[in-house]
Amino acid sequence: MRQEGASRRGAWLAWLVQALLVLAVVAGAVWVVNHALDVLRARGVRSGFDFLTEPAGFSISEGWLDFDASQPSWRAFLAGLINTVRAAVPAAIFAVVLGTLIGIGRLAPHVLLRGICTAYVELLRNVPLLVQLLMLAFAMANLLPDPTEPVHLLPGVWLSKGGLSVPWPVAGEGGWWPTHFEWPERGDFGVSGGAALSPEYVTIVAGLSLYSAAFVAEIVRAGILSVSQGQVLAGQALGLSSVQQLRIVILPQALRVIVPSLTNQLLSLTKNSSLAVAVGYPELVSVANTTIGSNGRAFECIAIIMAVYLLLSLVISFGMNRYNARVALRGWR
Amino acid sequence: MTKKTTTTPTIRLRPALLAAASVLALATAAPAFAGKTLDAVKQRGTVKCGVTNGVAGFSAPDTQGNWSGLDVDTCRAIAAAVLGDPKKVDFVPLNSQQRFSALQAGEIDILARNTTWTLTRDASLGFNFTTITYYDGQGFLVPKKLKVTSAKQLKNATICTQSGTTNEKNVSDYFRAQNIPVKTVVFESFEASFKAFFSGRCQAFTTDASALAGLRNKEAPNPDDYLILPELISKEPLAPLVRRGDDEWFAIAKWVPNALIEAEEFGVTQANADQLKAASKDPAQQRLLGAGEDLGKLLGLDKDWSYRAIKAVGNYGEMFERNVGPKSVLKLPRGSNNLWSKGGLIYAPPVR
Repeated sequence: MRQEGASRRGAWLAWLVQALLVLAVVAGAVWVVNHALDVLRARGVRSGFDFLTEPAGFSISEGWLDFDASQPSWRAFLAGLINTVRAAVPAAIFAVVLGTLIGIGRLAPHVLLRGICTAYVELLRNVPLLVQLLMLAFAMANLLPDPTEPVHLLPGVWLSKGGLSVPWPVAGEGGWWPTHFEWPERGDFGVSGGAALSPEYVTIVAGLSLYSAAFVAEIVRAGILSVSQGQVLAGQALGLSSVQQLRIVILPQALRVIVPSLTNQLLSLTKNSSLAVAVGYPELVSVANTTIGSNGRAFECIAIIMAVYLLLSLVISFGMNRYNARVALRGWR
Repeated sequence: MTKKTTTTPTIRLRPALLAAASVLALATAAPAFAGKTLDAVKQRGTVKCGVTNGVAGFSAPDTQGNWSGLDVDTCRAIAAAVLGDPKKVDFVPLNSQQRFSALQAGEIDILARNTTWTLTRDASLGFNFTTITYYDGQGFLVPKKLKVTSAKQLKNATICTQSGTTNEKNVSDYFRAQNIPVKTVVFESFEASFKAFFSGRCQAFTTDASALAGLRNKEAPNPDDYLILPELISKEPLAPLVRRGDDEWFAIAKWVPNALIEAEEFGVTQANADQLKAASKDPAQQRLLGAGEDLGKLLGLDKDWSYRAIKAVGNYGEMFERNVGPKSVLKLPRGSNNLWSKGGLIYAPPVR
């Protein structure tokens, strides 16, 4: 009670200091931006985001959002963003599933299984991702058959350097609802029609999942090890099978340790997807690079990239924190 | 500094600020230029010249790290004119995304990196293009086994190219105008893009025709298996460029290549320069060799500026022959790059 006045003053002071700090940082930042813009203007460099409404002038050959060169640049950036998500989401799912299996495998009683899983982790996490991506791209470019001589895997399924083509439902003229399947057909320059997964797309999704799985595996392993041995014994005493012990007793408790680290992993996976530009997959950074090459607005394009990745990261953090709150709560009860 | 920004530092503001910081770092790291480039070059003792990471015939390092090519020779000629020594050039290899920022930020004095002169680049990036040193056009390379003889037969084909270039945009324009659907796969680096093509990922590869010849000869597993299609789908006038706002340096960067063109026109070569300097009675030759009136002082240089440039790299025709013409691996015909007086487009305003 007697300390209340003092602590209130302390709190007030802390607020003041923090407010001043924020003010100083913002003022500094505003100065930096203004100065940079002055320098650019002084050098006759045009700046601003007006280019976003002008036609992009280049096309994007794959993705969920159809894009052609006559459409405005903002749509190109949107298509790039959607392509980033199109690569990151499947990669995240594969990485978590594969990583969990390998993490459990690293603690398996079976020596060979444990050895393979350990080797996987040590190999994949110690080689730079870019190198792995380039190796995958190289392997695909050399091992797959030429697009003009595709392999017919199943009826309607073709595989070549041009990618993996499968039949895909399409809507009829002017309709929204898929009415029939479009079948890939073999043409002069390879397979066209249907849905195609390009080698670039396969490279980035496979590369990201395999690499991230190694880190997820370590997180899962640490999570499982954090659950006290007594819990396992208790599970055995109840007559649970080892799979049941893992599913009912250990993993739910391990999640409390796993989820926060997993969030970091998903964040780096998403950011690492920007390496796709090196293997020719048209994601956000690739779109920005092309735009910089034609109009020189490096400042603006980099700002867009940063804003988008920040936004993506915040969305992932938000979702994972919500999930974390749920598993944490259950763990305490 | 408004109330709004201080009370609500929004999510969108922060990355922009960080980007600004990086631009500022670039901006302050370089000395301020405004008519000062020549002074800076003299003080430093070298010309900083932005070039490609390696395009045969234009700028490519050999195994010993010696650069050669048409763009490289342009820079050497400028160094010879300004500093008296063609070796006093620092070559800065830049990819197509880095090149403009590097020039804007003052990391280089001149960008000689087979860059196409376009209105957007000229008018909005704070640059001035100097003299066109090569008239190029964009073409296509295809494997002969596809039995394609025209770009118009490339319907539904996949085309490999490099991102951030005029090539990428020209392909879009050309096939859209022809109403021929094609797919493009773009790579960040030139090397990745042509390697993907030679590995069979794409049915065609597109870039400037001059580079196609070099690629076919140097990179193809078997050059005879590949064909350059007859269509040139664009104009690609390649010219070095400098920052705006320094007219003195702009003039030097313009007139050194012009002098080399004029030298070819008036028969001055690397070999006969000394003899002509001593004995020539031709006023045009005398002006070029510093034996007549002093034009150098108008550029802030001395009387022998163009003599040294010619001695260093030869005249334009010699440069062409050595780097991209009959004496090079590219073996490109003179074509549009012949002198105006011989049916080509190469033309320099009078050096007088």
